[in-house]
Amino acid sequence: MDKTEITQELATIITPYTEEKTALESLDENTDFIADLKINSANLVDIILDIEEKFSIVIDNDSMAQMLTVKDTVRIIQNKLNAG
Amino acid sequence: MVGTPQHILDQLPYGKSFLFVDELLHVDEQGAKGTFTYSEDLPFYQGHFKNAPVTPAVILTETMAQIGLVCLGLFLLQHTESNQHTSLAMTSNTVDFLKPVYPGEKVWVTSEKVYFRFNKLSCNVKMENASGEVVCKGNISGMLISKADG
Repeated sequence: MDKTEITQELATIITPYTEEKTALESLDENTDFIADLKINSANLVDIILDIEEKFSIVIDNDSMAQMLTVKDTVRIIQNKLNAG
Repeated sequence: MVGTPQHILDQLPYGKSFLFVDELLHVDEQGAKGTFTYSEDLPFYQGHFKNAPVTPAVILTETMAQIGLVCLGLFLLQHTESNQHTSLAMTSNTVDFLKPVYPGEKVWVTSEKVYFRFNKLSCNVKMENASGEVVCKGNISGMLISKADG
């Protein structure tokens, strides 16, 4: 799965957790979950759990702490997919 | 002793006017069970409703959260880290209310952990009355919050 496909899947996962529809429509690798999409910490946990389920990967605490932008999240998903 | 029901009750952050836990009957890694009796002189019965007191749904939800989520969260915390300066904030709930709860009734709350990850605890919680009927049930989630003055 390439970066574009992962980003598309990620956008689908994020959609129900943000009210910032404009930021969602213009989502790119620099989009920040908290600053741009106004996602709170509780919903961020649900997004991470949805990512685990969608991609059949396990996210550890250290990875979770880094997953604050689309770019970092896609990188971590790719690393986990390649490792598995 | 750390982890016992009494120790958890002692750690609850609520004052008497907003404490909705009488007994914590059981708590383990998977869930918690406790009771509360809604005394007839609780102040909200004067207004909810005029001449027809019934326990507000928001109070039933709070009771389920205090017993099912917060007591379980305090227990789980003791088994992961020994930080005494954290508490749980309710972040979402979805609850169905099936039967009314009147002044003087005792209720039993049972919770089952769905997950506890990245400091978020999610539980399925139900409340039963003295007849064993489910009066409300749903899912309640909360986040561990570190206290600023900790």
